[in-house]
Amino acid sequence: MSTQERTSIVWDYAPAPESPDHVRLRDSYGLFIGGEFRDPLDGERVRSMNPATEEPVAEVAFAGERDLRAAVEAARAAQPGWAALSGLERGKYLFRIARLIQERARELAIVESMDGGKPVRESRDVDVPLAAAHFFHYAGWADKLSYGVGGRAAAPLGVAAQIVPWNFPLLMAAWKLAPALACGNTAVLKPAETTPLTALLLAEICQEAELPPGVVAIVPGDGAAGAALVRQPDVDKVAFTGSTAVGKDIQAALAGRGVSLTLELGGKSANIVFEDAALDQAVEGIVNGIFFNQGHVCCAGSRLLIQESVADVVIGKLWERMGRLRVGDPLDKNTDVGAINSREQLERIEELVTAGEGEGAVRRTVACELPERGWWFAPTIFTEVAPAHRIAVEEIFGPVVSVLTFRTQAEAIEKANASPYGLAAGIWTDKGAKAFEVASALQAGVVWQNTYNHFDPSAAFGGYKESGFGREGGPAGLRPYLRVS
Amino acid sequence: MSRLAVRKTYKLFVGGAFVRSESGRYDRAGEFNIPRGSRKDVRDAVLAARKAQAGWASRTAYNRGQVLYRAAEALESRGDELGVSRPELKASIDVLVHYAGWTDKLQPVLGGINPVAAPFLSFSLPEPTGVVGIVAPDEPELLGLLAELAPVLAAGNSVVAILSETGPLAALDLAEVLGVSDVPGGVVNLLSGRRAELAPALAGHHDLNAIVDASGDSDLGAEIDRLAAESVTRVRHPAATTSYAGAVADALSRLEAVTELKTAWHPVGA
Repeated sequence: MSTQERTSIVWDYAPAPESPDHVRLRDSYGLFIGGEFRDPLDGERVRSMNPATEEPVAEVAFAGERDLRAAVEAARAAQPGWAALSGLERGKYLFRIARLIQERARELAIVESMDGGKPVRESRDVDVPLAAAHFFHYAGWADKLSYGVGGRAAAPLGVAAQIVPWNFPLLMAAWKLAPALACGNTAVLKPAETTPLTALLLAEICQEAELPPGVVAIVPGDGAAGAALVRQPDVDKVAFTGSTAVGKDIQAALAGRGVSLTLELGGKSANIVFEDAALDQAVEGIVNGIFFNQGHVCCAGSRLLIQESVADVVIGKLWERMGRLRVGDPLDKNTDVGAINSREQLERIEELVTAGEGEGAVRRTVACELPERGWWFAPTIFTEVAPAHRIAVEEIFGPVVSVLTFRTQAEAIEKANASPYGLAAGIWTDKGAKAFEVASALQAGVVWQNTYNHFDPSAAFGGYKESGFGREGGPAGLRPYLRVS
Repeated sequence: MSRLAVRKTYKLFVGGAFVRSESGRYDRAGEFNIPRGSRKDVRDAVLAARKAQAGWASRTAYNRGQVLYRAAEALESRGDELGVSRPELKASIDVLVHYAGWTDKLQPVLGGINPVAAPFLSFSLPEPTGVVGIVAPDEPELLGLLAELAPVLAAGNSVVAILSETGPLAALDLAEVLGVSDVPGGVVNLLSGRRAELAPALAGHHDLNAIVDASGDSDLGAEIDRLAAESVTRVRHPAATTSYAGAVADALSRLEAVTELKTAWHPVGA
């Protein structure tokens, strides 16, 4: 056999769209208050848009001031009865909710992707299973609370006002509701303006689970509704996940009120690649760190710190890998990067990227075909970034990674910590002792070694410094919802 | 022959040194002049506390426990000089002993290995939040301060404390006890002066990680809350501690409020 020129075969993916056929969305959703869907008293009805098509998915009611008051009143009325249930019985409701999320997983994943634009592979494999796992985890805590607080006596705080962001709508609702309810609190949850639908499906699940009326209220609304919710006088606890700017406003708004507060805020997390790392594995981790969920992740590895000796190699491999990311239809199971959540967020990303170019960083954006309708941003890398550039300091919350370099371990630590944020960090090295040493020196609430963006209901999550305070997950996630004596 | 007593010149305790207020101002406390600290003194103290914090946090828990226990020993032997009641003194010493024993218990009680559903060694550990401000109550002047100071130090933080405005002498004397107790310079900084002037300067300092306000003044508390929000500073408003039992009943809450839980993930296997 002679060696011949072989015909190169170009493999490509055929579209593999997830069918939304069996999703049964109502045309219009009311506010979930007192165990039933109600027409708003003074709120309005708005359409929730699919960011990949700019078509409405369903109409939802937004809560007005009177609606919020009614939701808090219903939660207040339900709280003593809920707290008086035995821990076992409270837990059994949460177990039911966990099971119902699992049963309706496919539907929830599709709606999450339609409403928010994230790839259905992520909704299916991350958001929905983790949401179920959170309810399952905290269900089991409900009758073991004293074990979670060092054996001390523990009592619920009362009514919790909870505000969640648009990047992981169902998952963040689960992170908030599960521990609050396990501890005997009742909750008024406000989903984000652009992604209310899976929270409303969760309200249906609460009905299906026969959760006592009033224990959970779901009141969609915009930022003004969130601001009004935390100012409700009869709230004992506020838990907020979102931007640092809004977190500061909430903390100031609660001044002098003695309301317990938990904040899970923004980040500009450092992903540090040392020269002794397994570089191909690191590149996969970098991609997962910044392009997961279009970079709409508070702990995204948006500041990539590469040791100078391997910087060119890593950037070369990364750029090559970025070119193979599939950007497009969120409902296609092959899609890696979906739609940007909203026009507003797209404009924010574009503004910061323009600033990065203006300040002299070198931009490269993957040349891929983007759908004509919808909001999209192709994966982008900035090199020649200086630590003072806006793209190295501010949270972009999009598929944009800023690369900085370092020479020594001490310099890497110093650069990683030189941020008002302190949410997460990544370390890529094959040296175990170095990984532990660097992990302990980083001011970050979560440190991933040779991996990134892993979450688990048993593992505490939350920030240092201006990334917030309080933790979600594990026994630490109970304590913000308990009065310990 | 009668002997003329040698009076003490009271000073602030900043960076391990006994210093006058940079402002040159003073207030009167009984027969003594005491320094009236300024906003600049607050900034100097936060700087000293920041410099000292990493070193204190990197001590082993065993070592921090011994240093706090030594402070209890020193207070036991010199306590009579502090001019507080016997019960308050005894409670203060016992509070130090209690929290000296917490330094190596905090981690197993607040942290642990997380049973994650994936092949990772995931663990969560408490770390000190950093530099912590304390606004001490007017009374009890020693116990009210120590009940806040001891847990903050046990957790590995450094401290800037604003002392009782009506009775600062015992706490200023405490500086001498701490000064001979192997507490590294800068880990504890004690400022006398007017609370209304100093507390807002402390709460609004952007390099402060947490503030414990035991003043009992609700207007001041609200102002502290607003200022703390500028840099997401953690805030607690405990009531003044008046007994040993009160200082230790909620030890876990006191300690957790000045710690950060860090979760680390390390892969297991390939």
